[in-house]
Amino acid sequence: MSNDAPETGAFFARDREWHPKPLTPGYKTSVLRSPQKALLSFDNTISEITGPTFGHSMLGELDNDLIHNFARNGESAIGERIVVHGRLLDERGRGVAGALLEFWQANAGGRYRHKRDGYLAPLDPNFGGCGRTVTDERGFYAFRTVRPGPYPWPNGPNEWRPAHIHFSVFGHGFAQRLITQMYFEGDPLIARCPIVRTINDPAAICQLTAALDMNATVPMDALAYKFDIVLRGRRSTLFENRLEGN
Amino acid sequence: MAQPLDYLKESPSQTAGPYVHIGCLPNFCGIAGVYPADLGHSMVNARTRGERITLSGRIIDGTGTPLRDAMVEIWQADAAGLYNSPSETRGTADPDFTGWGRQAADPETGLWRFETIRPGPVPFPDGRLQAPHISVWIVARGINLGLNTRIYFPENEAANAADPVLSRIEHKNRVPTLIARRDGAAYSHDIHLQGDAETVFLDI
Ligand SMILES: [Fe+2]
Repeated sequence: MSNDAPETGAFFARDREWHPKPLTPGYKTSVLRSPQKALLSFDNTISEITGPTFGHSMLGELDNDLIHNFARNGESAIGERIVVHGRLLDERGRGVAGALLEFWQANAGGRYRHKRDGYLAPLDPNFGGCGRTVTDERGFYAFRTVRPGPYPWPNGPNEWRPAHIHFSVFGHGFAQRLITQMYFEGDPLIARCPIVRTINDPAAICQLTAALDMNATVPMDALAYKFDIVLRGRRSTLFENRLEGN
Repeated sequence: MAQPLDYLKESPSQTAGPYVHIGCLPNFCGIAGVYPADLGHSMVNARTRGERITLSGRIIDGTGTPLRDAMVEIWQADAAGLYNSPSETRGTADPDFTGWGRQAADPETGLWRFETIRPGPVPFPDGRLQAPHISVWIVARGINLGLNTRIYFPENEAANAADPVLSRIEHKNRVPTLIARRDGAAYSHDIHLQGDAETVFLDI
């Protein structure tokens, strides 16, 4: 964490046209799980401005290495080895330091290590599918994994998810909490996916599509993809009305 | 034309999907040995100050069926009304209380449950007090953007009536959707995604 003054401003309003709407009938499960009444809007209070933070000290040595963190000694996960790296920023373009990122994904064959996943692709005994890291002082992060496979899912008669990695992101305030997915540049399944298409703006879909980054590859070892993530920015507290004594 | 403002856009949300447990609660879903424990599983320890309470409930869909694949996170002040966060500038919160919890809905019943403490009141930006409350964030398959809501305590009738957030609810018959039920130190609270009893969700 940096020595900067604590951040106490309210967050920029969420752009709910940029995010997917709650009701997106092409993604069938949303139909019965989408609130229908108007949200209650109010300016952030301290309950939204504050949030939990997590130190680097809680991380295990292999937490950011999905190739090895579930593998038997001396073995490794099967698949196309990749580095995923990028920067966690806020809407002002400032790096978000000391923020926890958690990621999960299917294995190289498109199978999740989860009781509910019955896809016939086999489990990889050396792949668990979860990892985490904490951003550095300038908001940078990196982890190593295998490229996940696409997989079919029971939304339409023949629907396939593009290859993707799920991200859970903490900033410094509870109102910044975000879960999203990273896609891979060039995947023809992106444009066909009903979950991707819950997002209306093509530019917003681009924002979730990681680019192949040859400069960050590890020669003779791993390809690399660059994926920046943006959290809500904070208003500055300049010129704000303050009650006396506050 | 004018100068561009140059703000970035927040990354758009995507659903947490049915396998959110793998990333957020791996021990819960049988992925052992990667992390020593699931984050947020335990909010209190033997030294935590304040009155111990439990909070449990279900997330209910538009047919009345509990979600069995949801994940719930809560965030709250300590017993003195301080948040365990670097952005808390009014004092230092109880170091033995994280203020943050994370639980999965039970895969069979949809029930989730937190062991926590009763939070103290915290101020509204204009200096008035907010009634004690717990902030809630819900993600699940079929939920495209995490849902924010709050849970208040039924016995705080006067404080709830004066609460600046509850007071903003236009249809007063919806206020009870944010107030838990009490049985001693055990509180329960169902969250309804749709229908007449739809919970008030927050744009924060
Ligand atoms: Fe997935």
